[in-house]
Amino acid sequence: MDKPFAITLDVGSSRANKTGSWRTERAVYIDRLSPCSDGCPAGEDVQGWLYEAEEGGDGYERAWRRIMEDNPFPAVMGRVCYHPCETACNRAQLDEAVGINSVERFVGDEAIRRGWQVSVPVPSSGTRVLVVGAGPSGLSAAYHLALRGHAVTIKEAGPMAGGMMRFGIPRYRLPRDVLDAEVQRILDLGVTLELDTKVTDLDAVRGDYDAVFLAVGAQLGKRAYIPAGSAAHVLDAVEMLRDLEAGEKPLLGRRVAVYGGGNTAMDAARSARRLGASEAVVVYRRTRDRMPAHPSEVAEAEDEGVLFSWLTTIKQVDSGRLVVERMELDDDGFPRPTGELDELEADSLVLALGQDTDLSLLDGVPGLVVEDGVVAVGPDLMTGCPGVFAGGDMVPHERSVTVAIGHGKRAARHIDAWLSGAAPEPVVRPELATFDTLNTWYYSDAPRAHRPLLERARRESTFDEVVLGHDESTALLEARRCMSCGSCFGCDNCYGVCPDNAVIKLDRPGRAAYLIDLDYCKGCGLCVAECPSGAISMVPEKI
Amino acid sequence: MTFQEIKLYQTGTFVVGNRLLDPQQRSVQARTGRSNSLTSGHRACQGCGEALGARYVLDAAMRATDGRLVAVNSTGCLEVFSTPYPESSWQLPWLHSLFGNGPAVASGVAAALRASGRDDIRVIGQAGDGGTVDIGFGTLSGMFERNDDVLFVCYDNEGYMNTGVQRSGATPPGAATNTTKVLGHHPGNAFGQGKSVPLIAMAHEIPYVATATVAELRDLEHKVEKAMTFRGARYLHVFVPCPLGWGAASADTIKLARLAKETGIFPVFEAEGGQVTEVSRIRRQVPVEDYLRPQRRYAHLFGDNPRPDVVARIQAGADRNIARFGLLPEGDA
Ligand SMILES: Cc1cc2nc3c(=O)[nH]c(=O)nc-3n(C[C@H](O)[C@H](O)[C@H](O)COP(=O)(O)OP(=O)(O)OC[C@H]3O[C@@H](n4cnc5c(N)ncnc54)[C@H](O)[C@@H]3O)c2cc1C
Ligand SMILES: Cc1ncc(C[n+]2csc(CCOP(=O)(O)OP(=O)(O)O)c2C)c(N)n1
Ligand code: SF4
Ligand SMILES: [Mg+2]
Repeated sequence: MDKPFAITLDVGSSRANKTGSWRTERAVYIDRLSPCSDGCPAGEDVQGWLYEAEEGGDGYERAWRRIMEDNPFPAVMGRVCYHPCETACNRAQLDEAVGINSVERFVGDEAIRRGWQVSVPVPSSGTRVLVVGAGPSGLSAAYHLALRGHAVTIKEAGPMAGGMMRFGIPRYRLPRDVLDAEVQRILDLGVTLELDTKVTDLDAVRGDYDAVFLAVGAQLGKRAYIPAGSAAHVLDAVEMLRDLEAGEKPLLGRRVAVYGGGNTAMDAARSARRLGASEAVVVYRRTRDRMPAHPSEVAEAEDEGVLFSWLTTIKQVDSGRLVVERMELDDDGFPRPTGELDELEADSLVLALGQDTDLSLLDGVPGLVVEDGVVAVGPDLMTGCPGVFAGGDMVPHERSVTVAIGHGKRAARHIDAWLSGAAPEPVVRPELATFDTLNTWYYSDAPRAHRPLLERARRESTFDEVVLGHDESTALLEARRCMSCGSCFGCDNCYGVCPDNAVIKLDRPGRAAYLIDLDYCKGCGLCVAECPSGAISMVPEKI
Repeated sequence: MTFQEIKLYQTGTFVVGNRLLDPQQRSVQARTGRSNSLTSGHRACQGCGEALGARYVLDAAMRATDGRLVAVNSTGCLEVFSTPYPESSWQLPWLHSLFGNGPAVASGVAAALRASGRDDIRVIGQAGDGGTVDIGFGTLSGMFERNDDVLFVCYDNEGYMNTGVQRSGATPPGAATNTTKVLGHHPGNAFGQGKSVPLIAMAHEIPYVATATVAELRDLEHKVEKAMTFRGARYLHVFVPCPLGWGAASADTIKLARLAKETGIFPVFEAEGGQVTEVSRIRRQVPVEDYLRPQRRYAHLFGDNPRPDVVARIQAGADRNIARFGLLPEGDA
């Protein structure tokens, strides 16, 4: 024995002692679903693309490509989406929601500026799909179908693609060069667009195709019966906005009243101001907090001098004046007439009471069911007629560009499956990354950056874009406010806080950045507790 | 905070690393090349704050000294769980002698190195609170008084944990241990005068004294690094929660350390030549109750016979720390 004094055993490392055997629970890296992604009607992996964007540089293109997997309109979205992602954002419980929409716009604009393109990754499938209507829903379906190799033809009644993105939403909210660029990118995938081609009898044409996606929207302004004198000037908001886009200047007069409380009413009133109306007043039968219009649009309208008459209905329209009645809310929040009449001076009245769908093209399509003026569809968005799918404003759902885009994507997935006779690939929905799964101690105090607005004078007289974009550095800071709810963002906390060095850092980019060394993980749970984003979970061991 | 704050809109200063940081800005613990001075396979309890604190300190010291470092360890958990003969978890030269003589042995090692002309090799002495505040106190004071070139680190888990949770001079008032049971009208440890070794060290006017917790890694690493820029006696007192001795969940170790600082119970500061130079301010102040409740050693203050009077006295102690060291967040002071 050749050992030092008083030593009988060879000295060894404690690594021979596999303390992992003590464990009753193990730490496992997981991905929870972030509330923003959960809330996105287009199914964007919001947290996922913010993760790319927060890297800056090449990260913007990666972020854009992540968005494009779900939504072909990032720059449009960054302007007109009502961003339910921000409403759901966990950061709102800490300071203020992440400005997701502003980052999406920055990324979308970068793509246009730098000419980023997508291409079809699969060979042609040989199947032909007809899309009726080139609004957001039809264009989104066409995009996703084209990416899956199908030959897509869009028949569009109007002279240009875009649907309500072009003939509804005014230019000051969505500049047309932005819309044109994103539409063109879809057409560049080989999608055939037939303009000025109204489908009047679907049954007659559908035989030429293997499947159909209907997305004709809701084009008809709702009418309300209001007694009107012969000289009264009453127009419809959607018509007015459509004419405006077509280059016709609607005759409104000096004082314009707009009837309704939705976004269309805001757009009509704000457009009226820009067209020279010295007074534009929105007449709505309930209160401000009950208006369906998005609060930011109401605020912007107010800022531009649009006036509001709450709790008011219109009883009669005459030349130059309206007779209105004051309302009050009952206990259930319904407006009730008070009998108290008043007068409002107005040279014209614009009705913005919602839209109906013209479904005459569907006459004779077997099996198709219409309920409450919209087409009934299953969860797969297929109508009662096999192979005929529908989405967007013409099906029973909340109406927005984002919902319409989401429907287009979902329909494409189901059409693809229906065509191949296979079940569609399942959508995995992991558990939600709720606020209590986060350890928010670790996030820096970081106030939100709000987008600047065009100066007031120019908003009152021009259709220039009102909400301006962030510059690169501001967009980057905003992206970095994201807490990465539910997913690893590579902060090294788990690697640092393990008292047993049982977290292995792989030092490779991307999300699978660490591994638990089960030889030594004692299952203390420190990494789980100290993970800022809730991306690790304790799982019981089978003992 | 004396260290460079990390300005990064996402997670800045408080996380261990962040993929968005340039490598220069990452903590020692974020690096794959860290020395793991205390390696895997040690027998510390699940979630042990002392094991974590020791690796934090020694890895930082190893980096600061380019690996030219010797550690001397007093008896206690840190020694027992790391070196059951013939295994060792230590990946640096390491010596153990007795419970009470750690500082003296460290002084001796420093003297021997000096005598052999090896000033490049630095010495760290380390012990639990028992080995520092109680039995090692005399030799520690001598080490300070002679200004021996040693960084002495106390891992304070507020009791004699290795021998089964007995009271030490660092056990806080109100806390139950196996020698301060929940009995009688004054359950748990009595309210004594306290014994702050950091303040005692400052009274020796040694070059550098600091306190830290396992919840603020960057602050701790900065202090170790800074301590290594001085020659002479230096003292670092690290707050290390003990899940076993405190009756706390193993996953709560860092949270409790954070709460100790955020309540004002454990003041985090730095001193040079006997003068406080920096304090780490409270970021999100919370009442002491938030800190006490998750620990079973304080359970008797909240159970069926709650003792708000005792909690109030503990709060008063925290408030005294806050006033004395100026711990309130900037703007609130
Ligand atoms: C003024 C206004 C402002 C709005 N602002 C917003 C907003 O800011 N954010 C938001 O998310 N949503 C907004 N919306 C709602 C949003 O525009 C719609 O929900 C969305 O456009 C619906 O998309 P879609 O594809 O279903 O229908 P549409 O956009 O209406 O597109 C349908 C297309 O089908 C064509 N079509 C119709 N019938 C036929 C036919 N028989 N044959 C061929 N083609 C046909 C139409 O010409 C049209 O191009 C707004 C709506 C309006 C009216
Ligand atoms: C002279 C002497 N008395 C008692 C002991 C038994 N003993 C070993 S460690 C220890 C307590 C250690 O407490 P502390 O220094 O706080 O370290 P911890 O275990 O809490 O980390 C005691 C009492 C001893 N080893 N030597
Ligand atoms: S913080 Fe980021 S991941 Fe979390 S909800 Fe907000 S945007 Fe989504
Ligand atoms: Mg101790």
